[in-house]
Amino acid sequence: MHSVDLDISIDRLTKVEGSAALDVTVRGGKVEKAAFKITEYKRFFTQAMRGKPVIAVPQLLSRICGTCSNAHIIADIEACEHALGIGPTEQTRILRDLTMYGLNIRDHALHLYLFALPDIRGKDAFLDFDENDPVEHQMLHDGFAIKAAGNFLSELVAGRSVHAPHPTIGGFLHFPDEKGIGEAIAKLDAARPAVLRTIGVFKNAPFHFDRKTDFMALVPTDHYGFIEGCIMTGSGECITEDGYRDHLEHVVLPYSQASGYRYRGGSYMVGALARMNLAKNLLHAKTKESLGGTLDLFPSTDIFMSNLAQAIEILHCLDHALEILQTRTFAPEPVIQATPREAVGIGVVEAPRGTLYHKIHLGADGMVKDGEIIVPTGQNQINIEEDVAVLVNGLLPDTPKEKIHFEIEKLIRAYDPCMSCAAHFLKLRWS
Amino acid sequence: MGGEESLGSGAAGKLKIGWFSFSCCEDNTVIFTELMNDHWQEWKQLFDFRHARVLQSHNVLDELDIAFIEGAIASDDHAAKLKEIRERSRKLVAIGACAVVGMPAAQRNYFHEEQKQEIEFLIARFKALPRVLKVSDVVKVDAEVGGCPMDPKKFLEAVTSLVGEWKAASGNQKIVGK
Repeated sequence: MHSVDLDISIDRLTKVEGSAALDVTVRGGKVEKAAFKITEYKRFFTQAMRGKPVIAVPQLLSRICGTCSNAHIIADIEACEHALGIGPTEQTRILRDLTMYGLNIRDHALHLYLFALPDIRGKDAFLDFDENDPVEHQMLHDGFAIKAAGNFLSELVAGRSVHAPHPTIGGFLHFPDEKGIGEAIAKLDAARPAVLRTIGVFKNAPFHFDRKTDFMALVPTDHYGFIEGCIMTGSGECITEDGYRDHLEHVVLPYSQASGYRYRGGSYMVGALARMNLAKNLLHAKTKESLGGTLDLFPSTDIFMSNLAQAIEILHCLDHALEILQTRTFAPEPVIQATPREAVGIGVVEAPRGTLYHKIHLGADGMVKDGEIIVPTGQNQINIEEDVAVLVNGLLPDTPKEKIHFEIEKLIRAYDPCMSCAAHFLKLRWS
Repeated sequence: MGGEESLGSGAAGKLKIGWFSFSCCEDNTVIFTELMNDHWQEWKQLFDFRHARVLQSHNVLDELDIAFIEGAIASDDHAAKLKEIRERSRKLVAIGACAVVGMPAAQRNYFHEEQKQEIEFLIARFKALPRVLKVSDVVKVDAEVGGCPMDPKKFLEAVTSLVGEWKAASGNQKIVGK
């Protein structure tokens, strides 16, 4: 049993993207402070982009984060195009949608299978799963098959699943060929039963943590997607992409390499759960048909439902990608050229972990004067701290320290935080 | 360590592997987990992952057969950790551009004065090194796999070569140490 004063410190969280820690201070039996610290060393991309030619900037800023790189590329291309005063063709829009679909399938599957599922199965690592156990055997094969299908789609459309070389300002540099499209259709189609099993696993998962908070996401007008739309908060208002920054209050967290954000003085959450809460009606028709009553679980304020939301997003991405690949062809198009001008461009996309904002201030000489990047994990940082405090208060005083540690990591994993992005963001210390 | 050592001393004679990330975007970790899509069954037989925070919570830094290092070295803590890994590893492989050449994690090394002044308080607050270092600036490196992200084919070649070396050696049970 714990004394009423307790210091808990987790030096480095595992099964998350990048380096993060947490300090929890308990005084008089209550959590006095929970500090979620992103310990990735800053690499100063917002300084480094200054003076660079605009054409080079999306690839530079891709290096902020390996796992979310293709989302950074698409957000930055959008910001640069807005500054240059150009817009994408219909085919480019569709190829960008497919780029984001490949990213989300691969990235969500990595999180769900390698990071989240071991907690549910009571194992330390996905690779520890028992191939002789029929359930775990299926999970091993499902996880890698889904990841591989998303990876293949990314390679086909964007050239690579990490730091994709094909998307550029004004269009694409390479286009999917018929053979590749046929292979992608076969792989995605073959992975669909595995995705349905994934949804079943996370729908029936035994973990729950419910705390009322606000949600925010970029919500499109026509189909569930990650690039177009306005930013909804669930309160009825819809903020335009260029008005987004004006609504966020920057909060300096001196113990963290990342910045926190508040919206109207309060914490909020971005990511798959926010998107599902705000836009489930826009999911692909085939996805909705397969899900049946599962969608009635949303809206939800249970953070572990974010895992289910990710699994559903995999199915949507797969179904819409299949429809696109089966119904249209892609012809080479020239990249749209533009004459530089002094202007500010904003790009907002839904990265796998939530709303990602890029701002580019372009000079008339074609060089970037300044810029700003706001990443999902930075926005979730304060919400995570508030959740951890409520979680630990609920576990005190009788829960063993090791169990508290495990429960905290499990909760934070459900946020699927990305520290590489945020430190452009964590250590757990009990104090 | 020196003299004659046996390789592959992990559980069931597997190679003991460590995967470590320093200052970088962890793109190589993503490529590594993508290579697993096709190679996980083979790697499960060959490798005993002793230390890989992206894969597991229980990590042990004991004697490693191969340590894979991604990322550049941005603090004294990083340098001390890397030296400890080197001391405990028979082979150390630098993975990806940040580990091999330092960039782009080391881009602040090339900032002009005004940019340097802007970031100075953050370098001080988090006790970062004045200059970001590549891995070979700090320890001896046995093999390198460059690229941003790493080239998956080159990575597989490096792994095949190291495993081949281990298999040849384990035929004799002993090889001359690192």
